[in-house]
Amino acid sequence: MAVRENAGFDYLLFDKINDLWQPFFKSHRQEGLTLPNTPLTPGLAAGRLPPEAYAHNFDDLEPVLDAHEAHVAADRCYFCHDAPCITACPTSIDIPLFIRQIATGTPEAAAKTIWDQNILGGMCARVCPTEQLCEEACVREAAEGKPVEIGRLQRFATDRVMGKGVHPYSRAANTGKRVAVVGAGPAGLACAHRLAMKGHDVVLMDRRDKPGGLNEYGIASYKAPHDFAQAEVEWLLKIGGIDLRLGVELGRDVTLDSLRAEYDAVFLGIGLGGVNALRAAGEDVKGVRDAVDFIAELRQQPDKAKLPIGRDVVVIGGGMTAVDAAVQSRLLGAQNVTIVYRRGQEKMSASRHEQDHAQQVGVRIVCNAAPVEVIGQNGAVTAVVFAYTEDGPEGLKLLADTFTLKADQVFKAIGQTLVAPEGMGGPKLATQPMAGVWTGGDCAAGGEDLTVTAVAEGRDAAEAIHASFGG
Amino acid sequence: MADLTTNFIGIKSPNPFWLASAPPTDKEYNVRRAFEAGWGGVVWKTLGSEGPPVVNVNGPRYGAVWGADRRLLGLNNIELITDRPLEVNLREIKSVKRDYKDRALIISLMVPCDEDSWRDILKRIEDTEADGVELNFGCPHGMAERGMGSAVGQVPEYIEMVTRWVKQHSRMPCIVKLTPNISDIRKPAEAAKRGGADAVSLINTINSITSVNLDSFSPEPMIDGKGTHGGYCGPAVKPIALNMVAEIARSAETRGLPISGIGGVTTWRDAAEFMALGAGNVQVCTAAMTYGFKIVQEMISGLSQYMDEKGMTATSDLVGRAVPNVTDWQYLNLEYVTKAKIDQDACIQCGRCYAACEDTSHQAISMSDDRVFEVMDDECVACNLCVNVCPVEDCITMVELPKGTVDARTGKPVADYANWTTHPNNPSVKAAE
Ligand SMILES: Cc1cc2nc3c(=O)[nH]c(=O)nc-3n(C[C@H](O)[C@H](O)[C@H](O)COP(=O)(O)OP(=O)(O)OC[C@H]3O[C@@H](n4cnc5c(N)ncnc54)[C@H](O)[C@@H]3O)c2cc1C
Ligand SMILES: Cc1cc2nc3c(=O)[nH]c(=O)nc-3n(C[C@H](O)[C@H](O)[C@H](O)COP(=O)(O)O)c2cc1C
Ligand code: SF4
Repeated sequence: MAVRENAGFDYLLFDKINDLWQPFFKSHRQEGLTLPNTPLTPGLAAGRLPPEAYAHNFDDLEPVLDAHEAHVAADRCYFCHDAPCITACPTSIDIPLFIRQIATGTPEAAAKTIWDQNILGGMCARVCPTEQLCEEACVREAAEGKPVEIGRLQRFATDRVMGKGVHPYSRAANTGKRVAVVGAGPAGLACAHRLAMKGHDVVLMDRRDKPGGLNEYGIASYKAPHDFAQAEVEWLLKIGGIDLRLGVELGRDVTLDSLRAEYDAVFLGIGLGGVNALRAAGEDVKGVRDAVDFIAELRQQPDKAKLPIGRDVVVIGGGMTAVDAAVQSRLLGAQNVTIVYRRGQEKMSASRHEQDHAQQVGVRIVCNAAPVEVIGQNGAVTAVVFAYTEDGPEGLKLLADTFTLKADQVFKAIGQTLVAPEGMGGPKLATQPMAGVWTGGDCAAGGEDLTVTAVAEGRDAAEAIHASFGG
Repeated sequence: MADLTTNFIGIKSPNPFWLASAPPTDKEYNVRRAFEAGWGGVVWKTLGSEGPPVVNVNGPRYGAVWGADRRLLGLNNIELITDRPLEVNLREIKSVKRDYKDRALIISLMVPCDEDSWRDILKRIEDTEADGVELNFGCPHGMAERGMGSAVGQVPEYIEMVTRWVKQHSRMPCIVKLTPNISDIRKPAEAAKRGGADAVSLINTINSITSVNLDSFSPEPMIDGKGTHGGYCGPAVKPIALNMVAEIARSAETRGLPISGIGGVTTWRDAAEFMALGAGNVQVCTAAMTYGFKIVQEMISGLSQYMDEKGMTATSDLVGRAVPNVTDWQYLNLEYVTKAKIDQDACIQCGRCYAACEDTSHQAISMSDDRVFEVMDDECVACNLCVNVCPVEDCITMVELPKGTVDARTGKPVADYANWTTHPNNPSVKAAE
């Protein structure tokens, strides 16, 4: 049975690593080597933890269910009439049906049911805040506070079939239509797959050198370890008819006009490329950076022991990005990690579940405080001064009362913004901003900024494009 | 505390929980452990004639039906009677009985259908000091092919004949164990009574194939690619056994004939139900094979708590209590009207009642946009399917309409008791006019 020691939140953090450290220290002393870093080493330092701790900390947060566990979990589903969980799922997966298919020993059929609605069902099973979506709507949540484990069951089914390398979709007869899909994140991938399935030829372009969007560069490592994002894209492309072109940037290498001229339709799933500024004095010193950049670097670094991290880390923001940056700082061995959010805790956009996770790994969450000054010494950050805030009818007010947090590293996680293609603007793009152009995912208006919403919007745009071809 | 001692056809035991004749009672080692665990009695694994013992297949000997968490719901077996030499069994029976005088020890027997064979075996068991014999007319596989077991149990004349031989050649109390693989269970019970049986025990196992292997296309349990029907037992057979016990208990011909209830007894509650339907005690096999001998402790504590709560002091207070309430369909009250009622506070909005009633019953439940489910009294026929599919206990209940209230479905007030025998739609009523 696949029982893992670190199932749940059992990370190897500072208080648990002593046993691992002692032999390590001893061998270093014996060989006359310089002693390694520890969580107490001041400033930015890599390798604060014993080598074993990294693999342990960045492995699956929740292990996949084994067949028997899945059977038992599936049996709890009541097969509700017009089930509320289906309504709660942005991609409207027929959840009771796929769970019944698992219960009757056909995970293959279950996976197909999932993918029919959500081709990134594997990733969504890992990253969806299910406690706010399907599992919140589950009638067993109402009945006993314990929903059916929909997310984990979804992962069980999709992992099974992906593990066998089976891709159960094929293309319809070629239509001769060509569609440009810009952005190979969840929205673009879902759109491309659906279009290819309908028989259209797709050119999928992304400015990065790996596909996946935030699945590859944003999602917390422990939610999708073992290079799952790339494996999923590879699997998705098996349908054929999708020409993936990496390193192609809209606005630099191609223009929207040229795409509109060359293709029968264009889909934009470019996500949110910009970040908000802190607007606190001194934010330009060394050690202050955007949380999304830090996370992207972390995701791309196969050897986490090589990542420098501060001893005292301050994360500014209240969303999923803030939580992920803070938690992963702790997992890299930071001694003190504090999230500071300017409004009340109930306003944090990170789910309660995420906040609990952060607090369980020892992240401190401070609310109702905003940064006013970043203090540096020799060009590197040493502390951040915060003012207490008051959230009133006229908006947020900074109070005179301030406090200072020691910091050798500061992550800004105060929201991403749209970098609109030329000729377009607004905080978000319209669903169909101009003739022949559709949008979806984070860059598009409507829906929450979630992987699953991006998939739904990409898929629906593909259907709309297909319909516009008279399909 | 309630007194659980039973006196079943003169055989005393400290409680009504006996182990049925099966692997748990196949040898001294097991039976001693069972008595230590607290079982009131055992029916020793069926003995055959003197001579070379029967041969079992190596196995697998069992097929099973499981619930989702591998809860064993039904078990099927293709075992034969004991495959150990007769002398060994007899020696062991004697030795156990000597040490456990307060427990019931019955010997189960199955020998060829001729008087000599029965006379011989009865003589052989005489000095074991066992308390009685049980005639195994039930095994549905293997032995039946040789003209024994259910091959005898399916022919009432044979049952009567063999029972008579046994009563003639032995002074021991005699229990006749019946096979359920027959269409009217009263017939073999009547035959046993005519033959002089002191009691009947039922049910033995039911002919069954538990599953088919869809790769090898063989029935389970599979022996080298082939399978044969086995005997089904365990929780799944309890409803069938209860009905058969009740039929014997209420039939004019067999009323009063002591019954040992068998079939799916797993908890004290199952035992109490068998007893309420007329069983003087119960026998258990599958539950012990699933959980071990210790379950008898729960049976003992559960039954005594229940009896205390009901003010019953002896098991005889319970035995047969439900028998007068088992009747024929034609005597059921057609003027008993109830309506399903959904407790909105308890409802978790799964909508299963709606799907069941809308798709398969009487379209008597409404569903609003915000998932409120309500029963429409003018459509509800009170089938209570919704109650049975609702996952929340007591969320949907059937509420009785008091006499005189108008039933919204029929527009008629609820009247006094009236049944089919006097109903105008009954053709035989018209014929009598
Ligand atoms: C740190 C972090 C953690 C998150 N965690 C979760 C989570 O746990 N669960 C969850 O549901 N959601 C999470 N989200 C949100 C989720 O990742 C996004 O909602 C989702 O990825 C949006 O998909 P998308 O396809 O719209 O955009 P993206 O995933 O951002 O993909 C956009 C793609 O477009 C490419 N691109 C952009 N501009 C151009 C251009 N001009 N030319 C060519 N290509 C371009 C980018 O390189 C990128 O590959 C998280 C987000 C962040 C930042
Ligand atoms: C493996 C096995 C072997 C059995 N062998 C016998 C037997 O030798 N003689 C007999 O009378 N009944 C035999 N039975 C039937 C049981 O005594 C009992 O009647 C039946 O299993 C129903 O009870 P239960 O549901 O508690 O198991 C056997 C049952 C099983 C499972
Ligand atoms: S009792 Fe039967 S008819 Fe009445 S509401 Fe329930 S399911 Fe429908």
